[in-house]
Amino acid sequence: MTTNGKRLVYADNAATTAVLPEVLEAILPCYKENYGNPSSLYSIGTRAQETINSARETVASLLGAQQNEIYFTGSGTESDNWAVKCTAQMMAKSGKRHIITSKFEHHAVLHACMALEKEGFEVTYLDVYENGIVRPAELEAAIREDTALVTIMYANNEIGTIQPISEIGAICKKHGVLFHTDAIQAVGKLHINVKEQNIDMLSVSAHKLHGPKGVGALYIRNGVRLPNFIDGGAQERNRRGGTENVAGIVGLAKAMEIACMGIDKNTERLTKLHNRLIDEILKIERSRLNGDRDLRVPQNASFCFEGVEGESLLLYLDMEGISASSGSACTSGSLDPSHVLLSLGLPHAVAHGSLRLSFSDETTDEDIDYIIRVLPGIVERIRKMSPLWDAIQRGKIDKDYNIIYD
Amino acid sequence: MAYSEKVMEHFANPRNVGEIENPDGVGEVGNPTCGDIMRMYIKVDGDKISDVKFMTFGCGAAIATSSMATELIKGKTIDDALKLTNRAVMEALDGLPAVKVHCSVLAEQAIKSAVSDYYKRRGIDPTPIVGEIPEAEHGHCAV
Repeated sequence: MTTNGKRLVYADNAATTAVLPEVLEAILPCYKENYGNPSSLYSIGTRAQETINSARETVASLLGAQQNEIYFTGSGTESDNWAVKCTAQMMAKSGKRHIITSKFEHHAVLHACMALEKEGFEVTYLDVYENGIVRPAELEAAIREDTALVTIMYANNEIGTIQPISEIGAICKKHGVLFHTDAIQAVGKLHINVKEQNIDMLSVSAHKLHGPKGVGALYIRNGVRLPNFIDGGAQERNRRGGTENVAGIVGLAKAMEIACMGIDKNTERLTKLHNRLIDEILKIERSRLNGDRDLRVPQNASFCFEGVEGESLLLYLDMEGISASSGSACTSGSLDPSHVLLSLGLPHAVAHGSLRLSFSDETTDEDIDYIIRVLPGIVERIRKMSPLWDAIQRGKIDKDYNIIYD
Repeated sequence: MAYSEKVMEHFANPRNVGEIENPDGVGEVGNPTCGDIMRMYIKVDGDKISDVKFMTFGCGAAIATSSMATELIKGKTIDDALKLTNRAVMEALDGLPAVKVHCSVLAEQAIKSAVSDYYKRRGIDPTPIVGEIPEAEHGHCAV
């Protein structure tokens, strides 16, 4: 893409994506014609209800679920909160107050778990090790009599590593423990079948797959009597109050349909781009790829460059027309770099120099070429003025990258 | 969070980047764990700072404040340089986002640290003149 002759490369698709023209086209009639309240009896209302029903069927079939197992929500975060907090609430009645999750979940799950800890729940945060993958044997060993829920993300939002969801599903089934997965970075990128993979609850978000913002879904397996998270009217079969975001729901279904139908084609194409990018970028001295080299979605490549601070890297990239993100403290609005990067065992000083490039079906060969051409020069420019890089080159750092002063 | 145009201009074209060979004073503040390190070199001629250069590992604000601070003290007397406050650096940059104020503090400290080193090299105890400066320390991040 170019604007005023300047190349623009949007490489932050894990943050959000552009709405596809087909999706926008599907959404517009919901505002212009079928704007009626889906709970009403007149035709513009019933037509709105029909579009929701049809969207529900689409989403269900793409996940291998039944249509009455899909509930639309206001966001992926809401879906995660509903699954985690309300499962805890439900299971606490039978004395089960233990939750198993991982150290590098999205904040929607992590902070929900922390909120439960304050209410007396016990949470086990599994290690993800250097490669960013939960070990199923450790997860099984952590299951106790009073375990209420296992919640492990499908693919990590910052580093793209894919978790062994089928194995975890089988373990949870064997032990009779409910299993939720935040699949927000996996839906439309990986083939998912909730029945075959023994998933009890699964969170979806529309805007990560070229759908609109402000809409998500939660799959809840029939038989799981999850209490409501949002009380209100009779919408979503009495389980999620609030007048339906009809346009959002239609957009979610349309975007998900396009994404899921294109998984094989996109995976093949993006894997090639992704591998080329990684091979080229890792030629930069003292750079590293975050997370497993192979068990990752090809839409995500996360790197660290020693001696470089992430925010300045992003700002210089933006000046060259590349939009990306970083897990440095300066971009997270806190003092610490991202919990995901720290969970891989990276020293703070290295985690500050992270760069996440995330792609979509719209990413082209030329985009990747451009990044490969521009990025090394920016890293070099930053390193030239970095006293940390100077110390690294002189061997004057300890194992935590603190500078050794003579 | 958005930076002012002035911050972006100094970040895009930082002034006085680099090292000074045979400097009269070098100061370094911040630490890698927190993600900010500023190193400042000064050359002193009589009581004037005749040259100043910096190297910074840090965010856009860290680089911009380093650049602005060097501009503000270049050619000034040591006394004037020591009077430079973080607030003056911020004002010269048309402000900083609240979470970035610490970068301007670091810039002020970097200057003081370089001047301290200058006095130390001349066998003069800098503390009564410059005051206490937090050394580049490990594992503690200032907001």
